[in-house]
Amino acid sequence: MSTSEEPPRLYEAREPVFPRKVKGSFRTLKWWLMGVLLGIYYITPWIRWDRGPNMPDQAVLVDLANRRFFFFVVEIWPHEFYFVAGLLIMAGLGLFLFTSALGRVWCGYACPQTVWTDLFITVERWIEGDRNARVRLWKAPWSVRKARIYLSKWAAWLLIALATGGAWVFYFTDAPTLARDLLAFQAHPVAYITIGILTATTFFFGGFFREQICIYACPWPRIQAAMMDEDTITIGYRDWRGEPRGKHRKAEGAEALGDCIDCNACVNVCPMGIDIRDGQQLACITCGLCIDACDEVMDKVGKPRGLIGYLALSDEISERAGKPPISVWKHIFRPRTMLYTVLWAGVGVGLVVLLFLRSDLDMSVSPIRNPTHVVLSDGSVRNAYEVRLRNMHGEPRPFTLSLSADQPFELTLEGIDGATVVVAADELLNQRVYVTAPASSPAATAASTPLRIWAEEGLLGERVYSDTVFNGRGN
Amino acid sequence: MVDPENKTPENKVSPPERQYPDPKKKIVEEPPTTGHVWDGIEEYDNPMPRWWLWTFYITIVWAIIYMILYPAWPLVTKATSGILGYSSRAEVANEIADFEARNEVWFQRLNETEIAALRDDDELERFAVQAGGAVFAAQCSQCHGTGGAGVQAAGYPNLLDDDWLWGGTLEDIHLTVAHGIRNETDPQARFSQMPAFGRDGLLDVDEVDAVVEYVLSLSGQSHDEALAEPGGEIFQMQCAACHGADGAGDHALGAPALNNQVWLYGGDRASIRESIWYSRAGVMPAFDGRLREAEIRAVSVYVHQLGGGE
Repeated sequence: MSTSEEPPRLYEAREPVFPRKVKGSFRTLKWWLMGVLLGIYYITPWIRWDRGPNMPDQAVLVDLANRRFFFFVVEIWPHEFYFVAGLLIMAGLGLFLFTSALGRVWCGYACPQTVWTDLFITVERWIEGDRNARVRLWKAPWSVRKARIYLSKWAAWLLIALATGGAWVFYFTDAPTLARDLLAFQAHPVAYITIGILTATTFFFGGFFREQICIYACPWPRIQAAMMDEDTITIGYRDWRGEPRGKHRKAEGAEALGDCIDCNACVNVCPMGIDIRDGQQLACITCGLCIDACDEVMDKVGKPRGLIGYLALSDEISERAGKPPISVWKHIFRPRTMLYTVLWAGVGVGLVVLLFLRSDLDMSVSPIRNPTHVVLSDGSVRNAYEVRLRNMHGEPRPFTLSLSADQPFELTLEGIDGATVVVAADELLNQRVYVTAPASSPAATAASTPLRIWAEEGLLGERVYSDTVFNGRGN
Repeated sequence: MVDPENKTPENKVSPPERQYPDPKKKIVEEPPTTGHVWDGIEEYDNPMPRWWLWTFYITIVWAIIYMILYPAWPLVTKATSGILGYSSRAEVANEIADFEARNEVWFQRLNETEIAALRDDDELERFAVQAGGAVFAAQCSQCHGTGGAGVQAAGYPNLLDDDWLWGGTLEDIHLTVAHGIRNETDPQARFSQMPAFGRDGLLDVDEVDAVVEYVLSLSGQSHDEALAEPGGEIFQMQCAACHGADGAGDHALGAPALNNQVWLYGGDRASIRESIWYSRAGVMPAFDGRLREAEIRAVSVYVHQLGGGE
C-alpha cells in the first residue's frame, strides 16, 4: 500500500462495493428472512387487539405517556419492569448462545443494517442493472442518463427510508389516528422530527454508508469476537483444497492447481467488498453469499461443492490432516451452547410462569411516618397510611378495605364515607387511610403492633393484603 | 508473531500462516504495522476512512455556527450573547410562565368555587391538595412541621388531630390562613387574650394551684380532690366565660378545649400552671397579600385533608 518513498496515507476514500446478483440456498434464506423481518416491522403497529372499551386496541404499543407497554395479551406496568430486565437477560444469553454457536449470524441475516442494505442494493440492481452495469455507470462521466438513473434510485431509496422512519412512530401511539394526523399535518412535531431523523439515517446508512457501519461504527463485532471459540461456525475458504488457484485449466502444469479457478465470484457477490479467500476477517458478516456463488461455480466446473463453506476454526487442522469434514451440527451441539440454551430457556420459562401468576390487582401500603402517630381529643391514637391500589384491569373496579388484627382498630378513609374506593380502569389510586386505636387499647400504649390491611375487589372477590405496623404512644 | 506451537495445546492452535506457492499471486498486501506488539498481537496502521475526516470538518463548521448563534465566548462581565439571543435563564422563565398559564385555569376554578364546596369536586380537590402541599412546604412547615404535626414545646399546633383552636372547617381554616392570629398587620386577624392570672395578681398562688387541680380533673387526669373543688368555683368565675362551663373551649375566641387529651402547650401540672400564671398567646402571620387567594384556598384544602378537617 505504501512504499518507503511516499509518505504514509492518513486517510482513504471508501471503495464502492457493487455486489453481483447470486442464487443459492443462503440467498433464498436471506430473501425469506428479509420478507419476514420487514413484514414484522411494517405490519406490527397495525395489528388490532381488543382489550375492552377503556384500553388501547393496538396489539403492540409502547405507551410512554401513560407508562404502559402492551404486547398482545401482555400489559406491563412500570413496577413490572423486571419483565423487561428478564427479557434483557434472555437477550444477553441469546447473544452468548448464537455467537458461540453460529458466530456473526445476527450480522449476516437479521441485523437491520444488513436487511435494509440488502433491500437498498436490490433496488439499486433493479434500476441500474447488475454489477458490471453499475460499475460502468459509476465510472462514466456525468450525463443526463446517469443523472436520471441516479435520481430515480435515490428517490426510490428515499421512499423506503420514509416508510421506515414513518413506521417507527406508529409503535408509540395509536397508529390509525397518528397516520391521519400525519397526513393532515396535525401530528405532534416530535413525530415529524423522529420520522425525519430516521428517514435521513435510513437513506444514508442503507444507500451510502452500508458496510462502513459494520466495519467502523458498530461495537457488535468487537463484542462478538470475544465470544467465539474454535468450534464457532464462521465462513471459511478451504485453501488446502483450493490452492494453488489458477484460471488456465488447460495450460501446462494445470494438474498441480487446486480447485479454485480464481473466478472472483466470491469477491463480486460480497456486500462487504472483501475476499473471503484471505481468511476470516473483521469485515466479514457471514452472510453466506460467497458460499452460494462458489457452489454455483463448482457445479459448473464439475468439482464438489464446499470450497467456501461454514467452517469452524478447528476444522482446518483436522481437514488439513486429511480427515473428512465434521458436520456443522457437531460444532453447534456442545456443552457450552447447551448450557446457554438451558439458561436461556430457564429464564424464559420463569418469565412466562410469572406472567400468568401475576395478579391484575396490586396493593402497597406505606405508613406515614411524619409524625408516627397522632393523639386525638378522646385520647385514642391514630396512624395514617398511604394505600396504593393498582387496578391492572380493563374496567373500573370497587375495592373494599378492611383490617385483620386481634384489636379493636377502627379504619376510616380520608374524604370518603365507608371503606370502598373505586379505582378507574388501568389506573393507580392513592388513598390515605386512618387506623385508630381506642385510648386504653394495648395498641395505643404499645410502641408498635403488627397490622394487616386487606383490599377486596368487588366484582370477582379477589383479595390482596399488605402487612404493616401500627405505632402507639409507647407508654 | 508468536509461534503458536509453543503457546497453546495442539488442538486449539490458530492455523499456521498460509504459505502461498507464488507470492506474486497474493491478493492483498499486508498493511504496515505501528510496531506495537502486545502478547504477540500486532497493530495494523491502516489509513482512516475519509468520511471520518469529513465528520471532523462538519463538527468544526457546526462549532463555528453554534458560536455565532448561541452564547459562546466568555468576556469580562458576560459571555457573547449570540445572534439568537438565547439564554437558559430566559428558557426557565418561559417554562415557569407556561406552567403558570396552565395552572391559571385551576386557580380560576378555586377562586370561583364556594370555600365550603372546595372538596366536593374530585379533580379540583386533587389540584388543590397538590398546590396546597407545595404552599404548605414553603410557607407553613417552618412552624407546623413538614408533616403538619406542629411543635408542642413551642406552641405550634398539630394540624392532624381533631381539636381546633379557631375551628377546623374549610372556612375557618381559610380565615385563619388569610388573616392570621394576633398579628398587628391585619385588622381581621383572629384575636383573643388570656389574662396572666398569677403574674398580674388576679389570683394568688393558692387560687392558681386550685384552678390547676380543677383543670386536671376536666381531662380525667389524677388530681387533688380537695383543691379541685374550690378551684372549680374560681374556674366558673374566671375561666368559664371563654373556656366554657364544662371546659369545652370556644372556637370563636380561640379558647382551647380543656376537657380532652389534646394540649397545645402540654397537659401536665407544671405546663397548666405556667399557662394560668403567665397566660399563653400564639401568633400567626396573615397570608392575605403574601399569597394569592387561590393559593390560600389550596393550602386550606390541604390542611383540611390532613386528617382533622371538620
